[in-house]
Amino acid sequence: MKTLNIIACVKKIPDPEAPPKAVNVDREQKKVSFTGVAPVINPFDENALEAALRLKEACGGHITVLSMDEKNARPVLSKVLAEGADRLIILDDEHFRDLDSLSVAYVLSRAILEIGEWDLIITGRQAGDWDSGQTGALIAELLQAPVVTLARSVLIEDGNIIVERVKPDGYERIRAKLPALITTSNEVGELRYTSVKQLVEARKMPCEFWSADDIEIDLEALKKMQIVDMYKPVLQKECVFVDGGSPQEKGKNLAELLVEDDVISKRI
Amino acid sequence: MPANDVMIYGEVSEEGNISTVTLELLNVGRMLARSSGGKLAAILMGNGIAAAAEEVACLGADKVYTMESPLLKDFLADLWVDALEKLCREMDPYILLMGHTETAIDVAPRLAFRLNTQLTMDCTDIELDIDDGLLLRTKPVFGGNVNGVFKYEGKPQFVTVRPKAFDPVENGQSAGEIIAFDAGIDASKARVELIERVREEVVELDKAAVIVAGGRGIEEPEKLEDIRELLNLLKGYFGSGEIGCTRPLVDMGWFSSQHQVGLTGQKVAPELYVAVGLSGASQHVAGITRAKKVVAINKSEEAPIFQVADYGVVAEFEDVLAAFRNRLEELK
Repeated sequence: MKTLNIIACVKKIPDPEAPPKAVNVDREQKKVSFTGVAPVINPFDENALEAALRLKEACGGHITVLSMDEKNARPVLSKVLAEGADRLIILDDEHFRDLDSLSVAYVLSRAILEIGEWDLIITGRQAGDWDSGQTGALIAELLQAPVVTLARSVLIEDGNIIVERVKPDGYERIRAKLPALITTSNEVGELRYTSVKQLVEARKMPCEFWSADDIEIDLEALKKMQIVDMYKPVLQKECVFVDGGSPQEKGKNLAELLVEDDVISKRI
Repeated sequence: MPANDVMIYGEVSEEGNISTVTLELLNVGRMLARSSGGKLAAILMGNGIAAAAEEVACLGADKVYTMESPLLKDFLADLWVDALEKLCREMDPYILLMGHTETAIDVAPRLAFRLNTQLTMDCTDIELDIDDGLLLRTKPVFGGNVNGVFKYEGKPQFVTVRPKAFDPVENGQSAGEIIAFDAGIDASKARVELIERVREEVVELDKAAVIVAGGRGIEEPEKLEDIRELLNLLKGYFGSGEIGCTRPLVDMGWFSSQHQVGLTGQKVAPELYVAVGLSGASQHVAGITRAKKVVAINKSEEAPIFQVADYGVVAEFEDVLAAFRNRLEELK
């Protein structure tokens, strides 16, 4: 069998585990900034990379990781090389900033055409920054490829990809002929562990930077995200802390309080 | 159809039941139709949807378009996208709403592409800007730490709506008209093939009146027994109940993903949500913003869950829960 060419689309984002107080919103400028939050690879894209690595292990293959970002994202993104990706391309161009979902998918699809031969494109189900959740399906439309979303497991069989797709009460098993695109869900599993040493070494591994000049693209077609307002949601409730000298007493008091406030009423 | 009409996509289960989010869409769809001065239409697709169509027609939809075919027995996104594209081109709705479900995740971006319009997914609020007639699309971004409001030109104005973000429609007015639409379903257009559909576990978190949820603070799987006992007791007061959990517990294999509450799990709206040993990461809290009352038990006073809780207990949970159960049984 010929080499399986996989393209994984990956994005760097501010660590989504950051506590709310580390997130700042400038409502005037409609900008978000972060205090002391490290950039990471979008966890859903890490799931996508993990799925790619498993396929490579199972049937051999070549993984190209594609990311739209600035050149200084290289140290974070080179983690994918430490994990076992074979090629890293960063699409860096001023025209590529703050694009809407369709424009992001358009740029990525043009870069994929430039890469040339591919059998499978894998993206995460969404990115933990804007949670737009459209990039994968839109790339598939642009490339007219079959698409299966929310994969929790993947395997290749006779030139087909077999995907278990997450459903609310289970899953469905779906077959698509390659070339195809899949988006992965977190149920695929976390990205494997890499040592710090490997991560440091990967920073010296080759990384390609492509600009708009390197792909065939109509810059006029690119559109920006249209944000009219941004603010921090008010989730704060007035929490009544239950007193008590011991955990047992607190438990007892909690029961009394919930009954008194009619949160818990009669037995049904 | 006149220019200001609102159209919702109603989901019907394999058993022919209307999903909860469909009832929520009927409610918000009606509100938007009032602002836009248009009619409210619903689309139903599948096989064996006649009863569901009658029901939707009595729940405030002026028109119900049905696309019914044995070929639509199993969900296949390719067929859905083709059919919805055809219907939207013909009916030309001004606003199009879908619930943010697995179906929409598969269908909505591709449908938006075909209709050459801009989609915003997982909105928690939508309203019409009366100045320009465009939808203001509010959705949580950056893990729920920020709300972004987006606005795009294009027709239809297309969003997916987060389950539980709106109340379900209450009662219908007069019965709407049911119109069969021939979408010319062509099974050969499906580019993927369904091999099998496997049901693992039905966890009705979205319908539960009480949910007891655990997080990493549970520490050992044996301690889940405490949670189960509490749920069983509370079910006696609330009727229906389920166990919920955070994503780490799913990743550790303690629960199937059907139990996961949060941004990529279920959005819930129980009467009572008891959060045990979970810190309240934004991704989890995103799933419980519509819970009526939240009780949080956590050993750390700093845990963010207390910011969204009505009642808080700072302590190790085991002793708290045992005493709580005993006292509740004495009282009631």
